[in-house]
Amino acid sequence: METRRLRIGLVAWTVFIVAFLWVPLLVICTYAFNKSNIQDWPPAGLSTKWFGTAWDNPDVRDAFVLSVKAGVGATAFAVVFGTLLAFGLQRFHFFGRDVISFLFILPIALPGIVTGMALNRFYDVAGVGLSVWTIVIGHATFCMVIVFNNVVARLRRTSPSLIEASQDLGADGWQTFRFVTWPTIATSLVAGGLLAFALSFDEVIVTYFTAGSNNTLPLIIFGYIREGLRLPVVNVIVLAVLLLTVVPVVVSVRLARDTGVLRQR
Amino acid sequence: MAVDASSAGPALRGARRNLSAFFWRRPWLKVTALLGPPLAWLVLIYLAALVALLISGFWTSDFFTGKIVHDWTLENFKQIFSLSDTTYLRIAWTTIWMAAAVTVTDAILAFPIAYYMARIARPRTRALLFVLVLLPLWSSYIVRVYAWRVILQENGILNWALHGVGLPDANLAFTNTSMWIVFSYVWLPFMILPVFAALERIPDNYLEASADLGARGFRTFRSVILPLALPGLVAGSIFTFSLTLGDYLTPVLIGGANAQFIGNVVFNNVGVANNVPFAAAYAVLPVLVIALYLAIARKLGAFEAL
Repeated sequence: METRRLRIGLVAWTVFIVAFLWVPLLVICTYAFNKSNIQDWPPAGLSTKWFGTAWDNPDVRDAFVLSVKAGVGATAFAVVFGTLLAFGLQRFHFFGRDVISFLFILPIALPGIVTGMALNRFYDVAGVGLSVWTIVIGHATFCMVIVFNNVVARLRRTSPSLIEASQDLGADGWQTFRFVTWPTIATSLVAGGLLAFALSFDEVIVTYFTAGSNNTLPLIIFGYIREGLRLPVVNVIVLAVLLLTVVPVVVSVRLARDTGVLRQR
Repeated sequence: MAVDASSAGPALRGARRNLSAFFWRRPWLKVTALLGPPLAWLVLIYLAALVALLISGFWTSDFFTGKIVHDWTLENFKQIFSLSDTTYLRIAWTTIWMAAAVTVTDAILAFPIAYYMARIARPRTRALLFVLVLLPLWSSYIVRVYAWRVILQENGILNWALHGVGLPDANLAFTNTSMWIVFSYVWLPFMILPVFAALERIPDNYLEASADLGARGFRTFRSVILPLALPGLVAGSIFTFSLTLGDYLTPVLIGGANAQFIGNVVFNNVGVANNVPFAAAYAVLPVLVIALYLAIARKLGAFEAL
C-alpha cells in the first residue's frame, strides 16, 4: 500500500522515536556507576561504591519500606474494587452506566495536582492525620481504574456462552465462578495488580499532598534533587526504582496476553 | 466437578444453589452488590474530596500563622480571576499554552510510529515495539524528568555531544524550551498507544476501497485514515493535555526558579507560602479547563477509544 520511500521514512522515524524514549533512561542508568560525585558527562570513572552508600542510608531504607507498604496496600484495594467494577459494568446494562464509567476515569483524567490537592483538603476537613493509610487510599483511587481496564478487556474477550454452558451442565453460581470465570480472569487480575503496583510505587504528584511528613522513595528522590543533595545516592535509587518497575510491567504484559482456559491458538 | 461435590456436603450445596437462584432472579441486586463498594469509594472519597477542594477555596489563611480561617469569602477567586492584576490568569494561560503545544508535538511525533506499528510492522516487531513504548510509560516519571535535568545541565551529555560535532552550547537548562521538550518526552507513550490502537482497528479493505475509488496516498490519509484515527488522537490528547496541566515536577526540576505554572504555584502555596486555601482555589481552575476539554472530546467520540 505504502510507497517504498514512505516505508523507509516510517522506519527511520520509528527508530528515532524509540531512541528518543530510551537514550535518557540509559544515560541515567550509567550515572549510577559514576565514580565522581560531580554529575558531568562523560563520567570520570566507573564504580559501584555508591550502591553501598545508598543502602546504608536509613532515610532511603525507610522510604523504600514505606513505598512497598503503600504499593501493596493500594494494589490490594485496587484489585478488589477494580474487579467488582469490571463485573458490574461489563455484565449488566442499565440506565446511568455510561455516567458511572465516566466517573471512574476522573481520577486519572483530572490533572494530578487536582486529585492531590482535593485529597489533601478532604483529609484535613475529615480530621484524618496523614499517614501510610492516606497514601494508600489516594493511590487506590486511581489504581482501581488500571485493574478495571485489564479485567474488563479480558471479560470482553470471554464468551458469555461459557457461563451458560456451565449452568446447563448443572453448576451452581459458585461452581461456575470457581471453575469457569475465575480461571479466565485470574491472569488479568495479576496483570492489573502488577501495573497498579508499578503506578503506586513511583507516583509523586498526588503522594506529596497525602504523605505529610512521611517520605516515599520517589518523594525522597524529589527532595534530594531539589536541594542538590546526595546526587550519587539519587542515581543509585533511580536505577533501583527503574528496575523495580520494569519487572512487574514486563510480567504484566506477558500475563495480559494470556487468556487462561481460553487458549485456543 | 467431582472434587467439589465430595468436599461440600449436600446441605451446603443446597444452600449455595438457593443463593445462586436468589441472585439470578434479582439481577439488580447483583449489580448493586458488585458496583456498591467501588461506587461508595468513589463518591465518599473522591467526589467528597473534590467538594472539599471547592469549599476550601472559599476559606482564607491567617497571614502570620498560616492557619486556615473558616470564613466564607470570594477573595481567592477574585485574586485568581482579577483583571487588574492578571498574574494568575497569565500563569494559567501559559500553562494551557504549554499543554496545548505538548499535545500537538506528541501527536506529530506519535502518529508515524503508531502507523508503522499498527499497519506495517510484522507481528514480532510490533510486539517488541509495543513493549519498548510501554515500558517508558510505566517507568518512574520522576526518574525520567531527572534524567533530562542531568542531560540538559551545563556539563551534561547534550552540550558534550554538541561540542563533539563542533557546535556551541545549547544552554537549554531552566528555560521554557527545555520544559516543552521534557513534557513532550514524558507523555509521548500516552499518545502513541491510543493512536496505535485506533489505527490497528482500521480494516485493510477500507484502504483498498479508497484506492479502488481512485484516491492516492494523501487523499486516503486525509479522508479515511485520519478520521478513523481521530478518536485515538483525542484519547491520547486527554492524557498529554491533562498531565501537563497538573504537573509540578517538571516546572520545579526543569523550569527552575522563574518557571510559573499552575502546578508549581499550587505546590508552592501548600509548601513554602503556606496558603492552602489559595492553592485549593487555584486547583479548581484546571478542573474547569479539563471539563471543557472532556466535553469536546466526548463530542468527538474519544471515549470509545479509551
